[in-house]
Amino acid sequence: MSDLADIVTVILVGAGALLFLAGALGLLRFPDTLSRLHAISKADNLGLGLIVLGLLPQATSIGDGLKLLCIWLLAQLSAATASQLLARAVHRGRTAP
Amino acid sequence: MMLLVDIALVAGLLALAAHVVAEADERSAIIAFLSLGLLLGLAWVRLAAPDVALTEIAIGGGGTGILLLRAEAAIRGRGKHEEPVTRTGKLAIAAGCAAISIGLGLAVLSFSSPAPTLAPAAAEALPATGLGNPVTAVLLAYRALDTLLEKVVVLLALIGVWSLAPDAVWGGTPEVRPGEVPGPLAYLARILPPFGVVIGVYMFWVGADAPGGTFQAGTVLAAMWLLVMLAGLRPPPQTAGLPLRLALAGGPVLFLVIAFLGFAFADGFLAYPKAWAKPLIVAIEAALTLSVAAALAMLVAGPARKAPTR
Repeated sequence: MSDLADIVTVILVGAGALLFLAGALGLLRFPDTLSRLHAISKADNLGLGLIVLGLLPQATSIGDGLKLLCIWLLAQLSAATASQLLARAVHRGRTAP
Repeated sequence: MMLLVDIALVAGLLALAAHVVAEADERSAIIAFLSLGLLLGLAWVRLAAPDVALTEIAIGGGGTGILLLRAEAAIRGRGKHEEPVTRTGKLAIAAGCAAISIGLGLAVLSFSSPAPTLAPAAAEALPATGLGNPVTAVLLAYRALDTLLEKVVVLLALIGVWSLAPDAVWGGTPEVRPGEVPGPLAYLARILPPFGVVIGVYMFWVGADAPGGTFQAGTVLAAMWLLVMLAGLRPPPQTAGLPLRLALAGGPVLFLVIAFLGFAFADGFLAYPKAWAKPLIVAIEAALTLSVAAALAMLVAGPARKAPTR
């Protein structure tokens, strides 16, 4: 049982790490701010989600699991807001130079 | 494996620190400094010092970062191109910083091995305080005087900031809200504070037995208050207002009162009666958390900009 949990954890956390890598690559290689923002926010949300999902089988109590989920939700909320604000600033700069 | 992580962490820290110094654009440098604070927090976690890590991330990363960003925004476009520091001045500063760094490095390297430590003594006396977190015991029992002075320094800094207000608006309200509040920011300011307040209170409460404490909790509470003020959901308070002044002074005053009562009921200044140690410490921490939160939020809000309404 715990072997199965470990395998699930390794696969999911590995996939999450891979997504973060892809996001970082996008941040470095994409040509303009909006597409860079797109890359990093997608990778952030999904990557962190996968890592949290992967860590859930390792949680020792329900409280720990809930804390992990809360971290994911809060990170998602702040990342979404920050992306919106950044994109807004870029848009503003484009329409009124 | 962990060695690899540590080496990467240290390399990242050094590279980021060099970037902060070398970056010509102030805003980019400040943002790099913010990231440096976060990375430094990770380094403290690796050194098994979660209390320091939390403080570093909250104050060193978040708090100082937003203060610097607001200061940069305030002086932006105000003829800052006349460099106030000459080349020799810069070189002198660099030499001074290098001397301090090298001195600290030598001091750390010259520690005898194993390094001298008070940790066993601190752990041994822990039951007398009724606390479970040795760091909190050091901050509020063994070395309470340092903590008291630390909080007073924050208040002094706030007095310094407030003194920048012109006479006409003295005691008035600071301006925090930008001209136009973007929708997502207002949304975040409605959703996040309930969570943030719970997390802040939890950090203060758990500080007695686990990593956490007044400064970390105060920073989180201050951030929530600032978010609400930034989004214009609530106006900033008048700096002369009685509730604000009470919240600011409450922590240090309670600390001082209990410290002096130590003469009458315990062994002297800043000593707690044994049976009352834990409740007294928690009471002081609660008042200090509020004071720190109010002081940090007001530090970021800046001096008064609008005349007081009386």
